[in-house]
Amino acid sequence: MIRYIIRRLLIGVLILIIVCALTFVFFRILPTGNPALLRAGRDPQKKLILEIEGILGLNKPLIVQFWDYMKEFFLHFNLGYSYYSQESVRSLIAERLPATLSLTVGAAILWVLGGLSVGIISALRRHSIVDRLSMGSALLLLSVPEFWLGFVFLLLFANDIGKFKILPGAGSYVGLTYDPWKWFTSLIMPWIVLAAGSAAIYARLMRSSLGETMREDYIRTARAKGLRERAVIRQGVRSAVNPIITLFGLEVGVLLGGAVLVETVFNIPGIGVENYKAIQSSDFPVVQGTVLLASSFIVLANIVVDIAYAYLDPRVRYS
Amino acid sequence: MSEPLLRVEDLRVEFPTEDGLVHAVDGITYQVYKGRTLGIVGESGSGKTVSSLTTLGLTRRQGARISGRILFEGKDLVTLPEDELRAIRGNDIAMIFQDPLSSLHPLYRVGRQLTEAVRAHRDVSKAQARERAVELLGLVGIPDPSRRVDAYPHEFSGGMRQRAMIAMALANEPKLLIADEPTTALDVTVQAQILALMERLQRELEMAIVIITHDLGVVAEMADDIAVMYAGRIVETASAARVFAFPEHPYTWGLLKSIPRLDAQRGEDLVPIPGTPPSLISPPSGCHFHPRCPYVQPDHARIDPQLQPVPEEPSHHVACLLESGVRKRLWAQLGAGRTPEEALVEVGLPAPPGAPV
Repeated sequence: MIRYIIRRLLIGVLILIIVCALTFVFFRILPTGNPALLRAGRDPQKKLILEIEGILGLNKPLIVQFWDYMKEFFLHFNLGYSYYSQESVRSLIAERLPATLSLTVGAAILWVLGGLSVGIISALRRHSIVDRLSMGSALLLLSVPEFWLGFVFLLLFANDIGKFKILPGAGSYVGLTYDPWKWFTSLIMPWIVLAAGSAAIYARLMRSSLGETMREDYIRTARAKGLRERAVIRQGVRSAVNPIITLFGLEVGVLLGGAVLVETVFNIPGIGVENYKAIQSSDFPVVQGTVLLASSFIVLANIVVDIAYAYLDPRVRYS
Repeated sequence: MSEPLLRVEDLRVEFPTEDGLVHAVDGITYQVYKGRTLGIVGESGSGKTVSSLTTLGLTRRQGARISGRILFEGKDLVTLPEDELRAIRGNDIAMIFQDPLSSLHPLYRVGRQLTEAVRAHRDVSKAQARERAVELLGLVGIPDPSRRVDAYPHEFSGGMRQRAMIAMALANEPKLLIADEPTTALDVTVQAQILALMERLQRELEMAIVIITHDLGVVAEMADDIAVMYAGRIVETASAARVFAFPEHPYTWGLLKSIPRLDAQRGEDLVPIPGTPPSLISPPSGCHFHPRCPYVQPDHARIDPQLQPVPEEPSHHVACLLESGVRKRLWAQLGAGRTPEEALVEVGLPAPPGAPV
């Protein structure tokens, strides 16, 4: 097991290096605009551009640039400096990370708990009104984009522009340590909006998975033992959860992508917004840093899921 | 004989489906006595499993329409409220199933699955239940039970899994054990061990057993009495000795002729029963077996036979429109190695039109 984890971590590092390389190449090949040109003022002279390119290291061959970047990262954990503000990308991320973590972790909890419980209720009351309603709304939530849902929520519930002024609207985010209650209330809408799509997928998966396991022979055995229905259902849920857990790693990626939109709509000062701004202004080191962070979350989530799987299903053994 | 432990009276179980009403069990009556074994024999889809699941109330949830009576110790299990029935399930009546791998929860340790059976009906601590689980595993012959109790089902062999299932069923020393094809999924050598185990436990615990199988060999080994089912009905019932020595229903003959025997002449063919089991949505008119019966007579498609006692043995019932005397002569001819067609000629009956050859 330990060997398996180590191997997975090493593969994970390899994947991150590949992601870095791809980001590097894409950014240079795609016409995003020359960062030196953007910084050279209104009427740039060729000499100035070349000079700036020299400062930023853009005149070196791509492979050398990549090597320098990797060296800095692995030796000093240095992600470079923003082309614009000269701020260190590492401290920029560290500053923005709490808001993004607050948003995504809260949304992930809501997504898993909400999705699973709706799925269980639907599976046990198949074809009832509750089932039809929840599966219908799940389909709806799956189909709408986060930014649209975000605006609808703001127009409905925000205390500035909403119809029912019950929750803090856009731009109300404060840090957890600054004011926990305000932190919580300001994140209620973003959490719901971000979790909605993933929760809907989970609800639908859980419904069909539990529907299947409740027809298994061992459920019949559990009933034949004279167990209470509650205990019988618990056994079904235990099996039904397993295939769904596998999807968690994949959905984390979807969630991080959604976080960019939700941070923008609700004006939460997180990494997503920063990434978006950086892409717009060809601020390559910031893009590179945020992409690297997001991909390490996804890689890590998948490793955690695989390890959790071995504990959840005794038939799975890694070697 | 004393009062039966279980008396099933005119039990009917129907399932509404999109294609129509499935008459899975179509009016069956049988008794099971303390310490004795009833073998219910028939092809797949003859209603044997459904009737047993209904005894435990496990078909209710599937939307079955159930009528008739299932009397167990003075209670009618057909009308008993769910929570009272639950108190009987796994406690007074226990059941083991065909495929022990799929019947055990793959993600729970065997010990846990045993202790929950104990704790569902007895107010004991976890430690006491675990002790009982170890004791039960030992009782069914699993070596090193105190270690094996922590194993998962996939770490057991097929035979050990079925032993574990039996241990689970015996957790509360039931008065009646229903075994649904308990050895079908197992190797032949393991089959014999499991049957021997069930017999030993029956003697020790004085259990009644209902064993459901398509395998007459299993029934010959285990059963005191036999009920042969076809298309949701019992077509012949008698003591095991009589069914094997003097079977009177053509379907029973078919079953007996289709089992391989070691003492058969080399080159002698097994005789399968021609045709397939009938639809339970719209069963054949008259005698349900008539489309497959080699001895069918013109009016058999019209008249529905009832279970009637055989003249010389009132406990032996047969639902067949042929006369008992004719049936005995036919069986004698078959016993002498004649084919059904030859037997018909010998007995002097007309061959059926379009009879299977």
